[in-house]
Amino acid sequence: MASNGIRDRVAIVGMGCTQFGEHWDKGPDDLLIDAAYQAYESAGVAPNDVDAYWLGTMGQLSGLTLSVPLKIDYKPVTHVENFCATGSEALRQACYAVASGAYDLAMAIGVEKLKDSGYSGLVVSSPANDGTLGNMSAPASFSLLAPAYFKKYGLDPAKGKEVLARIAWKNHRNGAKNPRAQFRKEVPMEAILNSPKVADPLGVMDCSGVADGSAAAIVCRAEDAQKYTRHPIFIKALSFVAGPGEGPLAQDYDFTTFREVVASAKDAYTQAGVSDPRKEISMAEVHDCFTPTELVLYEDLGFSPRGTAWQDVMSGFFDLDGGLPVNPDGGLKSFGHPIGASGLRMMYEMWLQLRGEAGPRQIERPTLGLTHNLGGAPGRCVSFVSIVGR
Amino acid sequence: MTVGIASYGSYVPYRRLKRAAIAEVLGIPAGKGERAVASFDEDSVSMAVEAARDALRAAPGTTVRTLLFATTTPPYAEKLNAALVGAAAQLPLEIRAADLTGSPRVGLTALLQAADAVGANGGSALVAIADCRLAAPEGKAEQAGGDAGVAFVVGEDPIAEIVASASVTREFLDTWRAPGERFAHTWEERFALTQAYGPLLGAAVKRVLEQAQCAPSSLARIVLDAPNPRAADELARGAKIAPEQLADPLALTVGQTGAAHAPLVLASVLAAAKPGDLILVASAGDGADALLLKVTARAASYTQPRSVGRLIESKGDVAYARYLKWREILPTEPPRRPDPDRPAAPPMLRSETWKFGFVGSRCTACGTPQLPPQRICIRCGTRDRMTPHPFADLPAKVATFTLDRLAYSLNPPTVNVVVDFAGGGRFLGEMTDCAPEKVQIGDEVEMTFRRMHSAGGVHNYFWKCRPRR
Repeated sequence: MASNGIRDRVAIVGMGCTQFGEHWDKGPDDLLIDAAYQAYESAGVAPNDVDAYWLGTMGQLSGLTLSVPLKIDYKPVTHVENFCATGSEALRQACYAVASGAYDLAMAIGVEKLKDSGYSGLVVSSPANDGTLGNMSAPASFSLLAPAYFKKYGLDPAKGKEVLARIAWKNHRNGAKNPRAQFRKEVPMEAILNSPKVADPLGVMDCSGVADGSAAAIVCRAEDAQKYTRHPIFIKALSFVAGPGEGPLAQDYDFTTFREVVASAKDAYTQAGVSDPRKEISMAEVHDCFTPTELVLYEDLGFSPRGTAWQDVMSGFFDLDGGLPVNPDGGLKSFGHPIGASGLRMMYEMWLQLRGEAGPRQIERPTLGLTHNLGGAPGRCVSFVSIVGR
Repeated sequence: MTVGIASYGSYVPYRRLKRAAIAEVLGIPAGKGERAVASFDEDSVSMAVEAARDALRAAPGTTVRTLLFATTTPPYAEKLNAALVGAAAQLPLEIRAADLTGSPRVGLTALLQAADAVGANGGSALVAIADCRLAAPEGKAEQAGGDAGVAFVVGEDPIAEIVASASVTREFLDTWRAPGERFAHTWEERFALTQAYGPLLGAAVKRVLEQAQCAPSSLARIVLDAPNPRAADELARGAKIAPEQLADPLALTVGQTGAAHAPLVLASVLAAAKPGDLILVASAGDGADALLLKVTARAASYTQPRSVGRLIESKGDVAYARYLKWREILPTEPPRRPDPDRPAAPPMLRSETWKFGFVGSRCTACGTPQLPPQRICIRCGTRDRMTPHPFADLPAKVATFTLDRLAYSLNPPTVNVVVDFAGGGRFLGEMTDCAPEKVQIGDEVEMTFRRMHSAGGVHNYFWKCRPRR
């Protein structure tokens, strides 16, 4: 038994991504149609050329959510969800289906309409339960990482807060260069440091935004890629793990890591043949739902040795012009996080960067890109890591 | 057979409301001192649980056969509140349980009923008494009242033996509250004082002293409790009771705690009592009950885990506006989050020992304690080799924490903590009764039974931690 991977067997040949933000004038149907048709056009195909669909969105019940607005002509549509990695899960399923030979051309598409609920962020109703599950917002769950990390590595709280702010500052700086981002302004460090508290020590500016959006990818077997585009990008690795949830259960978990990320990264690097990610990965889109998440991810993904990511943050190693640019498109911080769309939005940046189409954000001659997505909470989550290249 | 108080426990909530703080906001005269206030996540059941757990800790190995919960403020009008107390205290299935309510004297009545039950059925009886005195702003009761709990294990090897008791009951309109009403009404003061509380309290006290052939001067301590405190003062004068015989009524520190009051003052008296002491306790309300206790030799070796005095000293203030918000007297804008759901009956029944008793599990293959109880061990992966493992009394330390300002709460910020128990096991939940800005990794905490929220008429009880008191 093994996670064998599908290195270089599947190609992404078309992608689409809506602008992310407050789409008061569009419903989820409109966003799906916009992303899907961008992807069709990008791959030069007609809707009927796609043989099967994977739809990532939260809280829906079936593939009809996609097939009805797109008028999909009696084709398989699978609805998937896997917390905040829902869009990534749709991509993984579509890639594996094509790799198996079952379909020639498949679409992974994700969408979420968060702004319509009237609440901040995703609202999911829990199934009937015993009332012991706790009452904790998402920022609070992730902010548990901050004091644990600061204490373990000897950062005083003020210094730690500055490190976190530097991450948000960098992502907004990148997002300012991206026409599809929700927030397209650089934000001064002081504004981030002094933003109103949400879950101490995190302020509003330590949190990703709330947005509507959709993104889509069309995938085929690698040998067919040139039929659709001169510049396909190739799947090197796809890894998805769900953890046993030991964080809130076992004392040896110390809230300075996501073990699920460590496991999926290791698997992905094996699949892709990457031995030193800090050197070999050209750029990464990681799940910066909250600033301490991104800090911990640098270490879990092997970009920084344990306890040193904060130094790499301060030295600018992860900046657009640094040694390993992270979230070159602006990340969840600049885009917001429409759950089902985010994983595919990350892949869209890889698509642009690897094809040299990222404009003012373009990284010099990237070879391997990584996307990472997680859902749940520290110690109890799912994690996805992909590696793609030219 | 000697029946009496075998052990006791008390509970004064952490929060205090200064009477001057009420008066300042309302522009009315201020009473002296402060009153104890149940926190936003407490009610008469949760306070009774605190006291009951303390009483049971002080009487290890007790076989409880009867459970009585007494209050004038039951969280449920229909549904046995005592059953919740029993579940949280992890009492066995085979007990007789009842709620007693209707009058502030019901606390002392419950103690007497418990003694009868022990006399009739043997074993021990647990009496848990608590009140959360809700009163309309500007009224006297708002300043005078207080919230507290107290509990007694009544059994056959007592620290204070019941020597005599007497009761009188008379229909009388002084204080009343119809179902669905939040605040009580009261009749004119002089009428109740002269026609009811004075005479009735006097009658009960007289009878109990006659029964025991005991002169007032031989009493080491006297607890006199009536809705109008002047009734007790006048009785004391009339009966030639020396002021030093009267117990501190806790008016300046706790307030008048309704059904819990006479029993709570009794608990504070017991802490200082010596073998041979005679203690008289009397409580009025639609009549009166009186009880004469004699402290036994066993009291000399008895130690109480948490005294009333220590609980009074352990405190933090609450602002009047926040108190009004807690009691839902002052409507406030809800957070932009969905309202909490009510818990569902079948999952609550399945997880009864976890939810109400905070009982986790321990793997018998590798010894790892874990909570909530698991079927497959998080450490060694062995299936179904778990044994129940209670965590409610284990000390714990904060591993990491956050202050959640977004979560739905009547008392933001919600302090969310990861706590690690001595000997293993971890819990991610809320911390209460603390100063949020002072929480640190490594803080020592203990578990407390609380009402998490109420929705759809269901009160969702579960456990939180708090700094050690």
